[in-house]
Amino acid sequence: MQAFTIRPPPESVPQVSRGSRPAGLSSLRTDRPKSWCPVDLSSTSWTTRPALLWYDLGQVSRGTRVPHLSDPVLMCLQYPPGLSPQAGSIVSMSVSFSYKYLALFTDTGHLWTGLSSLQERLSEVDTKRTARPKQMLWCRRPRAQQPSVVLMWDRLLLVVGACNDTIQFPLEDESVLVAELDGVRIIGPSSQELLQEVPVVCQDIFKIASMAPGALLLEAHREYEKSSQKADEYLREIKEQNVLGDAVRQCVEAAAHEYDPDTQKALMRAASFGKCFLTEFSAEEFVTTCRELRVLNAVRERGVGMPLTHTQFKQMTLQVLIDRLVYRQLYPLAMEICRYLKIPDYQGVSRVLKHWASCKVQQKDLTDEAIARAVCAKVGDSPGVSYSDVAAKAYECGRTELAIKLLDFEARSGEQVPLLLKMKRSQLALSKAVESGDTDLVYTVVTYLKNEMNRGDFFMTLRNQPVALSLYRQFCKLQEPQTLKDLYNQDDDHQELGNFYVTASYREKRLEGRLSQLQGAVDEYNKAKNDFAAKATEDEMRLLRFQRKLDDEKGAGLLGLSLQATMEALMSLGLHKQAEQLYRDFRVPDKRFWWLKLKSLAEKEQWEELEKFSKSKKSPIGYLAFVEVCMKNNNRYEAKKYVSKVTPEQRVKAHLAVGDLEGAADAAIERRNEAEMAAVLSRCAASDRLVVDKLNRARASGAKK
Amino acid sequence: MAHSARRDSPELPDLSLLKRLVRDQLIYLLEQLPGKKDLFIDSDLMSPLDRIANVSILKQHEVDKLYKVEYKPISSISDQLCFLIRPRIPTVKWICDVVNADKAAGKYRRYKIIFTPQKFYACEAVLEEQGIFGDVTTDEWAFYLLPLDDDIISLELPEFFRDNFLAGDQRWVRTAGSALHLLHSLFGPFSKVYGIGRCSKMTYESWREQVEEGDQKPRLAEIGNVFLIDRDVDFVTPLCSQVVYEGLVDDIFRIKCGCVEFGTDVTSSEKSIKVMLNSKDKVFNEIRNEHFSNVFGFLSQKARNLQIAYDKRQGMDIKQMKAFVSEELKGLKQEHRLLTLHISASESIMKKKTKQDFQELLKTEHCLLEGFEIRECVSFIEEHINRQVSMIESLRLLCLLSVTENGLLPKDFRSLKAQYLQSYGADHLLTFSNLKQLGLLVEQQPGETLTVMESKVGKLVNDRTAGKLTDAFSSLAKKSNFRALSRKLNLVPKSDEEYDLRVPRDMAYIFSGAYVPLSCKLIEQVLERDGWTGLEEVTRLINGHEFAVTGSSGADFKPKSDAQRIILVMFLGGCTFSEISALRFLGKEKGYKFIVVTTAITNSSRLLEALLDNHV
Repeated sequence: MQAFTIRPPPESVPQVSRGSRPAGLSSLRTDRPKSWCPVDLSSTSWTTRPALLWYDLGQVSRGTRVPHLSDPVLMCLQYPPGLSPQAGSIVSMSVSFSYKYLALFTDTGHLWTGLSSLQERLSEVDTKRTARPKQMLWCRRPRAQQPSVVLMWDRLLLVVGACNDTIQFPLEDESVLVAELDGVRIIGPSSQELLQEVPVVCQDIFKIASMAPGALLLEAHREYEKSSQKADEYLREIKEQNVLGDAVRQCVEAAAHEYDPDTQKALMRAASFGKCFLTEFSAEEFVTTCRELRVLNAVRERGVGMPLTHTQFKQMTLQVLIDRLVYRQLYPLAMEICRYLKIPDYQGVSRVLKHWASCKVQQKDLTDEAIARAVCAKVGDSPGVSYSDVAAKAYECGRTELAIKLLDFEARSGEQVPLLLKMKRSQLALSKAVESGDTDLVYTVVTYLKNEMNRGDFFMTLRNQPVALSLYRQFCKLQEPQTLKDLYNQDDDHQELGNFYVTASYREKRLEGRLSQLQGAVDEYNKAKNDFAAKATEDEMRLLRFQRKLDDEKGAGLLGLSLQATMEALMSLGLHKQAEQLYRDFRVPDKRFWWLKLKSLAEKEQWEELEKFSKSKKSPIGYLAFVEVCMKNNNRYEAKKYVSKVTPEQRVKAHLAVGDLEGAADAAIERRNEAEMAAVLSRCAASDRLVVDKLNRARASGAKK
Repeated sequence: MAHSARRDSPELPDLSLLKRLVRDQLIYLLEQLPGKKDLFIDSDLMSPLDRIANVSILKQHEVDKLYKVEYKPISSISDQLCFLIRPRIPTVKWICDVVNADKAAGKYRRYKIIFTPQKFYACEAVLEEQGIFGDVTTDEWAFYLLPLDDDIISLELPEFFRDNFLAGDQRWVRTAGSALHLLHSLFGPFSKVYGIGRCSKMTYESWREQVEEGDQKPRLAEIGNVFLIDRDVDFVTPLCSQVVYEGLVDDIFRIKCGCVEFGTDVTSSEKSIKVMLNSKDKVFNEIRNEHFSNVFGFLSQKARNLQIAYDKRQGMDIKQMKAFVSEELKGLKQEHRLLTLHISASESIMKKKTKQDFQELLKTEHCLLEGFEIRECVSFIEEHINRQVSMIESLRLLCLLSVTENGLLPKDFRSLKAQYLQSYGADHLLTFSNLKQLGLLVEQQPGETLTVMESKVGKLVNDRTAGKLTDAFSSLAKKSNFRALSRKLNLVPKSDEEYDLRVPRDMAYIFSGAYVPLSCKLIEQVLERDGWTGLEEVTRLINGHEFAVTGSSGADFKPKSDAQRIILVMFLGGCTFSEISALRFLGKEKGYKFIVVTTAITNSSRLLEALLDNHV
């Protein structure tokens, strides 16, 4: 082998046939090659470079020369091994379907066959025809016994085997040959034929006087059908050789290769017959072959016209077969096959339906309604068929209405929305998004609408979709408070507007701003007929003004405090008059005011004031409160002053609060209250013997009565 | 309280699997940003994160410094910043500010935002609006579920309640659905799903959708049944004061993410102590579900036992002593430590709760539940407000009054609210507006009740429109119908019988025998009846949306298997520790095991704080 690199071509060299010739070659030769063909390198050692490989041949003095090119700049010259120098120059060449074998035809009529790597020669035959054949093709099958080359001249077909034998077939019509995986197809003007090496297994069975197990089994079954006892003899013979399993397998395999349904049936029946005498024989292959044959027979029908061989079918797989049927729009057959072979829906029926539906929506002569109905009736809710995909297709073909109708069938709302938006059906998109329950989807549509529509329409749209509205409100609360107000305005939601102003008032630093916001709130609350809120807000405004005034006058630091806190602060500053003014102005309940004043005075230990206060009028909170608050501020002396004023019901409690057990006991006994006496007793220690005795006596006498 | 407990309670599935899964995912996400990086964490994610991956795990994956998100300019000098946040707009905006500030200063860094448990389109929209969408990478950490204990799982989403029930924002529904889906794929397939409430229904639908999208491998179920319940089905229960130990501890000390911080008054030292409260704490595990009145007795018994164990040392020879020290002493010491802690916690609770006020508070609550002496209750509440006892407590009583009485009388409604505003400021107008919207604090409607109107209307129009109308009505004024429900379901046991809290006879023990929590009662009834049949009146009073669905996987449905007695209860909007205690009790009685999934642990304070709108 010679290898050398070639410089890039100089510009002056004319390019002969652009595109079909690698640039590197042109620098070596400028004339047209007499013959060439591509060779897939995947079968040779250059696995990494699946490039075209040229075989060029020249007129170089001593015979032929084949440049072997794997790369535009890397080329080697090679001679086919064993090609005699007298053979002449190569005029035609052909590689096998598998790219493994090469055939060369020379101008002296010699046919050289060998490996396409040019490493080995298979044979060299003199065809005795010097005319260049119209076509030259390999006729092989995987694991072929007899690889052969088919040559065609006008009206003549010549088959040349590796064994130097030739067969001639006359051709009636002008034909074209096509090399296929396992044979050569001969296509004439009105028919097609397949030229193929007979599979070994078929040879074994159908050879005259064959003694192969399959042949015997077939014969046995034939006799059995005739009710002849010869059946038993044949069967016995097979069994004796212990090859019944092989026989069945052979029959099944041969059936797969046969084209005539009757022959297929005969073979399968024989296999089935043989199977009866076998235990532990897996029927799987038998069943699969049966099914596949039915499928193959179906597609071989004249109306379908796919004359596939079993080998080809296995090679291209069922998926591809279905695809091809789909591309030919043979949907019913494709679906029938899917169902028959029980292919999972999403690979089988659904996939076909999807294609069908996409095709259906393009039918211009049908109304939208009719198509939608037809699609729905067929597709139903088959898993894996997405109505939105079909609808997208319809939209692509300009049938928006149809697309919308189809989208209605889509179960997953999420799938409907993007297409609806694309079709500018935004309202519909919004309601579908809401239906989906996916808030992100709703939000996507809302943002889209916001940019697409004018504000009024946008708000109106939202108004009809509470879910979208709340979502948008949440967003506005954080991002666009002003929009929120507009939203409420649109809806005449005065209550929320009032709340909005109240919220806004807290953001105002200046009192004036705050008051004006609150005034806004009052107006809205009034419109909302919420007089409680209006009144409360007005009070708040009044309070704020009051606080401001006092802050200015006395520097009290009241602004923003609650009414209670304000009064507390005033009292602790000793501004009782002002506190009382608030009490009257704001109609503070008496109880609240009394509690407040009581606590405040006690905390400041203004006991005289407190006593005066207690006498100002009858306490609305009772006098036990006085006792307890005084005790809380650690003044038992003051506390005792109020014990007598306490109502009889609470007197025991009051006595106990100041720690006067005796008083408590007396009060309890006086009231003859068992529970109270017990309560007092529980507080007595061992040292309080006198009290305990007194109580026990009272209880005893009480019990007597 | 093991008097009638069934002996064959099934084993709970191992929930720690959930932790391992999310930890691995977090590590994967951190490794997506190779090299040293600073990690910013949303403050409320700190504790949950700590339960998943501690600082040393984070450090192992090249997290340099940890910061809390504080909405302030950052001081980090790292050139890679990673943000671990909840999908909230303010946080995203803050990140935008950080990035834009860097841009202005000409600083180049890499930024990664990890949203947990998922990202929202709105967050991405903010990134886009602020012009930094291209500068940051975003990711999702599917941290849906945090197991707080063997039988409690939390989504740790307290905002679920306000967002969903108040604002009508349904964005968390899908999150809840995903959480359920996760549990289903790990511990399912569920054979029965029951539920009540609108949000439950939507969550269920979201989950179903996710189930249909993916394919479930056939496996043996570990959890058989699911019960979904909305918080707004039962507001009464979380508004009541809790008196079971765990609930009390939560009310007083606030349990955060399964962990409580006992202050100095409990520890009687200068430092406060953080304690994990779960079934691993043996002392706690035995008292958590007990009524508080039993806790002291139990603890002192425990202390005596402990002393006896210690006393064994007397009269031991050297060899025995050695064995004792190596085998038992450590356990005893540990138990001793915990015992001391719980005793002082109980003492601290006693100090706060045995006061006169608390007894009266409980009495008022019980009266409200029974519908007895309502005028006295109103005066008590009025005084409570006037004396400014507690902002939240007063609000709680107001709400409890409204919910149990189907609204306040117009006169009380005005005067109590006015007094509350005087006490705590006019800004609570907004709080009232929120409470009204939720139906927690409303005015009694004169005349015909809405429910009657609804049923009349419902007869006239078909189901679908009726549903819409019901929604419309319920947004006008939600009615609790508590009194009627209480009668139907016998929620308030007759008060004349003495209730022995040491031997609880029903779930009412968690409220001192005064009230069976409505939520738990519904669960009990539905499980008993295997559906809602016979409860039509009840569901109508609750305002419906109930459902019961038998799972599709009918093939492996074995009603007798253990998994069928494990029930997942999902509370949408939060549940209280009292409810969990009640369910544990129910489980013991009936031979079930409950696993509680909640959007967050709640109690009356948390519930109401979520609804405040004051601007202090």
